[in-house]
Amino acid sequence: MRVTAEQDADRTTTEVPWAEQSAQSFGITIEDYLLPTHGRIQLISPEGALLPVEEQGSTPGHEYPMPDHETLLNAYRQLVIGRRVNDQNHALVRQGRMAVYPSSHGQEASEVAAALCLDARDWLFPTYRDTVAVLARGVAPLDVMTSFRGDWHCGYDPIEHRTAAQSTPLTTQLLHAVGLAQAARLKGEDTVVLGMVGDGGTSEGDFHEALNFAAVFKLPVIFFVQNNKYAISVPIAKQTAAPSIAHKAVGYGVAGERVDGNDLAALLAVLGRAVSLCREGGGPFLVEADTYRMQAHTNADDATRYRHDEEVAEWQHKDPLKRMRSYLTEANVLNDDVETEITEAAENVARGLREAMSVQPELHPLELFDHVYTVQTPQLAAQRAQLAEELEREGAGS
Amino acid sequence: MSTATTTTKSTKQSTVTFAAALNAALADEMADNDMVVVCGEDVGTLGGVFRITEGLTQQFGESRCFDTPLAESGIAGTAVGMALGGARPVIEMQFDAFAYPAFEQIASHIAKMRNRTKGRAPLPITIRVPYGGGIGGVEHHCDSSESYYAHTPGLKVYTPATVSDAYLMLRAAIRLDDPVVFMEPKKLYWTKSEVSLEELRAEFEARWAKVESARDQGEAWARASVARTGDDVTLVTYGPSVVTCLAAAEAAAQEGRSVEVVDLRTINPLDEDTVAASVEKTGRAVVVAEPQGFASVASELVARIQQRCFHSLAAPVLRVTGFDIPYPAPMLEKYHLPNVDRILDAIDDLQWDETALRSPEGVR
Repeated sequence: MRVTAEQDADRTTTEVPWAEQSAQSFGITIEDYLLPTHGRIQLISPEGALLPVEEQGSTPGHEYPMPDHETLLNAYRQLVIGRRVNDQNHALVRQGRMAVYPSSHGQEASEVAAALCLDARDWLFPTYRDTVAVLARGVAPLDVMTSFRGDWHCGYDPIEHRTAAQSTPLTTQLLHAVGLAQAARLKGEDTVVLGMVGDGGTSEGDFHEALNFAAVFKLPVIFFVQNNKYAISVPIAKQTAAPSIAHKAVGYGVAGERVDGNDLAALLAVLGRAVSLCREGGGPFLVEADTYRMQAHTNADDATRYRHDEEVAEWQHKDPLKRMRSYLTEANVLNDDVETEITEAAENVARGLREAMSVQPELHPLELFDHVYTVQTPQLAAQRAQLAEELEREGAGS
Repeated sequence: MSTATTTTKSTKQSTVTFAAALNAALADEMADNDMVVVCGEDVGTLGGVFRITEGLTQQFGESRCFDTPLAESGIAGTAVGMALGGARPVIEMQFDAFAYPAFEQIASHIAKMRNRTKGRAPLPITIRVPYGGGIGGVEHHCDSSESYYAHTPGLKVYTPATVSDAYLMLRAAIRLDDPVVFMEPKKLYWTKSEVSLEELRAEFEARWAKVESARDQGEAWARASVARTGDDVTLVTYGPSVVTCLAAAEAAAQEGRSVEVVDLRTINPLDEDTVAASVEKTGRAVVVAEPQGFASVASELVARIQQRCFHSLAAPVLRVTGFDIPYPAPMLEKYHLPNVDRILDAIDDLQWDETALRSPEGVR
């Protein structure tokens, strides 16, 4: 189904502002709908206990139900795998078998929730740090790690997985997310798009342009900000003077919500509602996850130069994995057998990665010229021939 | 390869402007494929500040041709997502220098997506950039920015100089699976030609049918054209300077010199064969282009001609370009832009009399 010119005209003449409509559905004012709750949404305490409703940070219209046990267990499984992959890759970098790895250790709940809130029909636009989200989307681990190993810039098919190439330039991918939503609307599809960004990325001009475009065109895009407190070394206080990043949404006419980014249940609940609202035409939506990067920016960074051990220790206490394990164990969803099975699954992924990374990748130098244009230009064809000749000479000499 | 001349005797011919040819090309591609989307600042209700998109919103609806917020990075960035989602966006940058905020999206993503995904995510995006001077525009309205795009692997750079090419090349650009920076010489928008759009449509369909069967996506357009034949010297040029070079050739003919003019049509791919064949015939060459000459498309052309035609050259290859200065204010632009006199002076400098070699100082 394609949108016709008549439907177009229809939409512009009979529309009720979508944010107004969403606010009405919760029985609250548009201001109360667009602004995040005073604190942040948290369903489970750092100790793993279900919080009483009055301590969840919710206000009328901003109440979020606990996800069911099956959903939580499945997400916990991805959380364990994600943590194991983060730590495995960190080790591989130290061993010199991976060029670089920006770890999301400590942020895995946000990573997993970003992927699991979406359907197969939806699209994810990740950053360079969002490897765990890409894995949770179902992309094979080795294909995700190709770029960090250094043999090609993106090892998977974005269109097949409906997962864009991990973006290194900051925040540019949020505009791609908006454009994807535009194309989906043109095709009459009810695709929801989730774009990921860090706290530093919200200072870039593209953050403003993406939110503004999405709001003006009323597109089903979720802007998911992982506020991990540092953009390499620069703290959040030097990125923004706003009360929170979620508060920025209101200026665009977009709903914002702030959620405990280490609380997997709260993330799934908030993002789940954001997806539903977007699917029904009530988007876009901005979700800020309050979380922390436990390790350095990458292996080239020394985090001790800009933050104190006490701060790191404090966040250790809020670890998303321990929290969800405690909650699920207490709820009798997780027992030793299930835990063992999950641990083994994570070990298998880690072992697979270790083994794959210990094999020297097979490189095809002439492929350098194969994917620049649909048809090689005469100039590229000549350069390809030059390299082919050099390779032949090298081969003959060895 | 001249296309305009084949239609001059048609009874259906009428006066078509360069701008109207572009407009017809957009409308025809939108009618042909409903995933072709036109967007940018002012392209909807207004029809673009140069009226290139006039009537498209009325004809195809706001989902196919729409105004965006005023944000060039946003225009280029959303085009990336649209293309990933299966659309074929044609985006307008309104004026050359207005595109600079979009340069990161163009250089970091549009140019690289095919490559980084091993061809699995090509981005069929056409970036329309009205460019160049000679229209009396104020600051930021007259830059010649083609060298930035030509320097960026992954982009194709097209720049038509005739009404027929405007139509044919824009349709080809939209059909290509590679991103094309489509440079439209602003000062040619109001030039007219006696052509028949019907015949151009037929010509496009016929040529595209051959292109598809050869799996040669649009490369059939990547040929330079000999805009005027001559024997004594070759002027190598493109876009807005083609008209200036043709005028210079005419003036040179009055002085008894036979000048050939090669219109590149596409800067990337670059048709070196046509250039070399011409220079080998004439033995002398002057490269003419509007932008500052330092590290430019013109420098690249000079280097390639010297390397490839060295043994045929009777004189060093010269350049006539803009000076290496920021684009001047409108009342001063005539001193900056290549003009007929400067081209004739360069031709005079080509060692016609080997005993009286003139100093090659200056920009030529």
